[in-house]
Amino acid sequence: MDLILYDEELREIQNLIDQLHVDARSKIVFVVDKNGQQIAGAGDLGSIDTTSLASLTAGNVAATDGLAKLIGEKEFSILFHEGERDNVHISIVGNRVILVVIFDDRSSLGLVRLRVKKGSQELTHIFDRIVEKTKSQPSAGLEAAFAEITDDDIDNLFS
Amino acid sequence: MAFINYAAREVNCKIVYYGPGLCGKTTNLQWIYEKTNPTNKGKLISLATETDRTLFFDFLPLDLGSIGSLKVRFHLYTVPGQVFYNASRKLILKGIDGVIFVADSQEARFDANLESIDNLDKNLKEQGFDLMKIPYVLQLNKRDLPSAMPADVLTKELRVKGEPVFEAVAPKGVGVYETLKECAKMVLKELRRNA
Repeated sequence: MDLILYDEELREIQNLIDQLHVDARSKIVFVVDKNGQQIAGAGDLGSIDTTSLASLTAGNVAATDGLAKLIGEKEFSILFHEGERDNVHISIVGNRVILVVIFDDRSSLGLVRLRVKKGSQELTHIFDRIVEKTKSQPSAGLEAAFAEITDDDIDNLFS
Repeated sequence: MAFINYAAREVNCKIVYYGPGLCGKTTNLQWIYEKTNPTNKGKLISLATETDRTLFFDFLPLDLGSIGSLKVRFHLYTVPGQVFYNASRKLILKGIDGVIFVADSQEARFDANLESIDNLDKNLKEQGFDLMKIPYVLQLNKRDLPSAMPADVLTKELRVKGEPVFEAVAPKGVGVYETLKECAKMVLKELRRNA
């Protein structure tokens, strides 16, 4: 199913991860969908390639998911990568999106886990609403965006 | 399963290159990467073994420009072609919008092509897609090799549903862009049809 993100919900997601970024004393907070599309980010995003981060995170989660199923687990809902300087905390929210928190020694794993837990619950509610909205008015936004598009417009994209 | 970011007025679509091992999926992506204007592309990520065989996937984000007020972005992925990587191959098919099947024209790889198409069909079903319904393009690669089978024979044997067929020599870029263009168009038309 297509996921349609509107201004209102994106603002809510942005506010939430801005807050999480501060509360968890992290460097970067990032939300990606399970297919590797980036949804929103907070913190020092200029320092990294966010498109690659999104795709690799989704690949990582997909591989771990496969591993879980192989040994009879439903999912591994948290992945943690520890580095010399920076650490990456990855969690699956509402079985739908991925929340990534990058932090260094100004924070701690305990604090990040605590803040992520609270943030995840709120994020789950927002995404439940997005899915409801997409279901109840599936083409409301799309129609406006695609109605005017002709075959020529699509051809011209490649000329 | 395109992701439409209304707030940023962006459509993100995912196209996957599928096919047997060493058929030239990664080479297709490398050529596109080399020839694309730096402002329209992101980094090419290759998760490969030390001998340059794809281990998990290659990934290339591409900005195609705008249609009306919508920005159009494509995420191109390849799968690992080798048979024993099937578990990882399945994962790459999550959330696809279109598939390009890269066939190896050499006679010795004929069976591998058939096996791979069969594998694609099965894996798509597992992810909830139907090969007969998704945007799908067939590319006959390695047309320059002396052992290449005639294109009309390959087309007859490998075509699954009357999809567009392109002859290609991926390292030289022959047919590479044409294949992508056709698949991208089919994806956008499908999106419009569902709107």
